[in-house]
Amino acid sequence: MSTLVPEEYRERTERVPPFKMHVVSYRLGDNFYCIVDNVDPGANISRAKASTREEAESKAIAKAKERLEYSASRIQDI
Amino acid sequence: MAQGKFAYPEVLVDTGWADQHKEDSAVRIVEVDVDTKAYADGHIPGAVGWNWQTQLSDNIRRDLVPKSELEKLLGESGIDKNTTVLLYGDNNNWFAAWAFWQLKIYGHKDVRLINGGRKKWIAEGRSLSQDDPQLQKRTYKASEADFSIRAYLQDILGNAGDVSRVAFIDVRSGDEYTGKILSPPGLPETCQRGGHVPKAVNVPWGKNVNEDGTFKSVEELKALYEPLGVKPDKEVVAYCRIGERSSLTWFVLKYLLGFKNVKNYDGSWTEWGNLVNAPIARGERA
Repeated sequence: MSTLVPEEYRERTERVPPFKMHVVSYRLGDNFYCIVDNVDPGANISRAKASTREEAESKAIAKAKERLEYSASRIQDI
Repeated sequence: MAQGKFAYPEVLVDTGWADQHKEDSAVRIVEVDVDTKAYADGHIPGAVGWNWQTQLSDNIRRDLVPKSELEKLLGESGIDKNTTVLLYGDNNNWFAAWAFWQLKIYGHKDVRLINGGRKKWIAEGRSLSQDDPQLQKRTYKASEADFSIRAYLQDILGNAGDVSRVAFIDVRSGDEYTGKILSPPGLPETCQRGGHVPKAVNVPWGKNVNEDGTFKSVEELKALYEPLGVKPDKEVVAYCRIGERSSLTWFVLKYLLGFKNVKNYDGSWTEWGNLVNAPIARGERA
């Protein structure tokens, strides 16, 4: 069984008002992986794979933003 | 000050222990993710991947996996009654805890969570594989289901508001609890109304864990629950949206703090928030 070691692990948080997103990316072999969660409650909301970190993050963040912006439009009056 | 010990410390292993035992024939590591495609991107070498949507659920009845199908899944995963099952997954082990809860319902004795889950494993730079493991099938005979750790709608309807006897914990985010949002940001809405079960207290699941995803100490966990009246002498029911985050809180209360009577209400807000004429509270946080 072949194994790979995740390298170049990075994480950061960005705002998509009124929410936040937490962006994790790392390299595994020839590919970069990016996972975005919604910080609170911490659910993964998008994921992407690409040959560069920039491309993986760009794809995953675009999907995450679209989803968070939709959720923002659904905020209820309480 | 010396830290108190978890009530059942044997149900938790750290990533280092899991790494050392990943090829142990008495141990089977299983990854259960919210994102059912994450396993294929890389998993602990030798780990089996279970899909919570298709392998741990009965999607027709909206119920847990039937006993016969669980027996088949476990057997095909190379697990028998004596196997030590190590569960881990994404989202800080949400669905790994849900699988843990189901395995306990069906009587598997030695089930453990990998503390910190998939995120911690990757952050530590531990090895991953994209290959499916070679498995030797085994025969698995599950026990009759023990539903004493599961709460049903009628349990909630009969006791909602009776905080002297039953403590209800809503483990969703503050905004889900108050009704400001109907689902976690970025995820599909599964209810028609926002809010919470009347008198339920709000302890979001994430308060149970540290930044690296590992569980907080006994003292820190007690400090979360006891001031809100969630004490070991009460029956405790945890719920969230679909029952997986509340499995993690159920795990904390039962196995880390040693509460005797804790149930997971897996119908959760997806059931309650769609009920006709069910009482709902909105706005306030405990």
